[in-house]
Amino acid sequence: MTGSRRITYRDAVREALQEALRRDPRVFLMGEDVGRYGGSYGCSKGLLAEFGEARIRDTPLSESAFTGAGIGAALGGMRPIVEIMTVNFSLLALDQIVNSAATLRHMSGGQFSVPLVIRMATGAGRQLAAQHSHSLENWYAHVPGIKVVAPATVADARGMLWTALEDPDPVIIFEHAMLYNEEGDVPGGDSLTVPIDGAAIRRDGTDVSLITYGGSLKKVLAAADELAKEGISGEVIDLRSLRPLDERTILNSVEKTHRAVIVDEGWRSGSLAGEISARIMEGAFFALDWPVERVCSAEVPIPYARHLEIAATPQVPGIVSAVRRAMRR
Amino acid sequence: MTDFRMPSLGADMEEGTLVEWLKQPGDQLHRGDIIAVVETQKGAIEIEVFHDGVLEKTHANPGTRLPVGTLLATIRGEGEAPGPPLPSAAPAELPRAPSPPPPRAIAPQPSARRKITPAALRRAIGDGLDIATLTPGPDGIIGLRELAQAPAPPKRRTGGINLDEMRKAIAAAMARSKREIPHYYVSSTIDMTPMVDWLSAENARRPAPDRILSAVPVIKACALALRKVPGLNGHFIDGRYVADDSVKMGVGIALHGGGLIAPALDGSDTMSLGDIMQRLSDLVARVRGGRLRSSELTDATVTLSNLGDESADTVLPVIYPPQVAIIGVGQIVERPWVVNGALTARKLATFTVAGDHRANDGRIAARFLKVLGQVLQTPEAL
Repeated sequence: MTGSRRITYRDAVREALQEALRRDPRVFLMGEDVGRYGGSYGCSKGLLAEFGEARIRDTPLSESAFTGAGIGAALGGMRPIVEIMTVNFSLLALDQIVNSAATLRHMSGGQFSVPLVIRMATGAGRQLAAQHSHSLENWYAHVPGIKVVAPATVADARGMLWTALEDPDPVIIFEHAMLYNEEGDVPGGDSLTVPIDGAAIRRDGTDVSLITYGGSLKKVLAAADELAKEGISGEVIDLRSLRPLDERTILNSVEKTHRAVIVDEGWRSGSLAGEISARIMEGAFFALDWPVERVCSAEVPIPYARHLEIAATPQVPGIVSAVRRAMRR
Repeated sequence: MTDFRMPSLGADMEEGTLVEWLKQPGDQLHRGDIIAVVETQKGAIEIEVFHDGVLEKTHANPGTRLPVGTLLATIRGEGEAPGPPLPSAAPAELPRAPSPPPPRAIAPQPSARRKITPAALRRAIGDGLDIATLTPGPDGIIGLRELAQAPAPPKRRTGGINLDEMRKAIAAAMARSKREIPHYYVSSTIDMTPMVDWLSAENARRPAPDRILSAVPVIKACALALRKVPGLNGHFIDGRYVADDSVKMGVGIALHGGGLIAPALDGSDTMSLGDIMQRLSDLVARVRGGRLRSSELTDATVTLSNLGDESADTVLPVIYPPQVAIIGVGQIVERPWVVNGALTARKLATFTVAGDHRANDGRIAARFLKVLGQVLQTPEAL
């Protein structure tokens, strides 16, 4: 691509924040260690120096308070970006997000909207143990009134933030912790923003639909490469938006391939994978040549030990075997 | 050892699909036993053996489409020692027929609910495939893969018969007949009044299930007349006529939805009318269900084509090779007729013999019609 640049996911997030702060004076960033420390994942390094303490605000360890403050600021006409260190800690702010941010438009009869963006890290893989490693995206994807997105590529990390800020309703952006060091291309040109309301087909295929999002995308693409050597053609769907789900893209793919394998780092019980499986059953039952397969995390708190952490979460060999099962090989 | 090969079940058959083995290696075989089922253009045909012995070895897997003459099995005769293992001559399969895995490694119970995936079910229904004919994979499941391996899906079906294939078979046989056989036609109008009157009295006497259709005495009368006037009953093989001792009347049976089959009704000349009626009912049911025996497709020595039900007055039929004659019968209808010098109303039907002029002459056909007319005047003797 002409003019495209290769940068890390972390840099893409930082550039996106920088662009938003430059473009719109109503935008400010708020969260634990986002200012002086530069963000616990280093996404806001240098922003304090450029934009000052009024717009890059370090907060106390008080998720409920600063998320609530963000909701108030949004109601007051600002465009706040709230960073929560990990999805585990966001549970402290669950009341603010579910009972306030998601409901106010409906409870006010459309008089108020909450144009709030909440970013948070999610997922396992860095040996951060059971209180920093979970994938609870589905808890939020369950709730009407908010949008939930999961940029899985560097280009999406760069382009989704501005679109989320333009949305009149709360948008939660899940950044998988294992992606920050990943490199990828962002296109050249002025406009880097991307829509946030649809899935993307990351690889065309004919034999099986591999449906995933976020941190699992690269594993699924690696599995698809391996399967291609066996002559199995996998179509890889990156959901991008977890709420609302792009049902049409999923069903069209399954109608074509007749098989679906869903890869979701959440726990299997009550998972997003379960919801997608149900949608396929409702919308494409007669297209199925095999039951929908799910590759999810083991039903344990994510372990600290490296080998156990790997064993507890979806990996390439498990995805490959699920596809072989679906192909009856 | 005797080779058992894919039989030719008619002039028009080039290949057949082995559907299933009904005998397994080691089974005792008797002449006339049904050994296998083969799917042809005329439906699923039960294939009989013509030797006593033991089934030594089968050489073909169900589901494969095989040309006529392909070795299907080896039969060890009575008293023969079991042979050394034969070199497994791979059957000459046609390329479009991938050999399916050994059938039913994990065989589901026949009565068990078949495991078919929703996608395969939808496609099977859309293609009009009979799910019962599909062979599951080694895991016992019918998926899209098994459908892809099934014989090409037919477009229209009635019972077990593929009507498109049936049309092609009729086209091939009739075109060959008209191309090769110099047909002549001889007709005669016969007074059917004695037969019709006798039959209605006879049927009044019989309980409803045993009543006889008017086609039955016509079959018997034709068979008897063919015995009395030899020359029309047999086959034209390798340039000469080979007569048959008994009359196996091929009876044209129309299929719902089009096409027809004329299976052999053996013993047409010897059985009682009641027995012929039973055989005919059985044949009609099995023709329409697509389940005939191989001998019934090949054995007919002459054919009767009866279009009386369709109010046709005269039928000029086309010979089914390698037979040498076919008899067409029009409707029985009341018409003016002169009897003993007086005009009277009689029930009449026109019979036409189409003959193969290579094998016989019009004079024989005319003599046959004369004898037939006489036989039909004394129906009680049938």
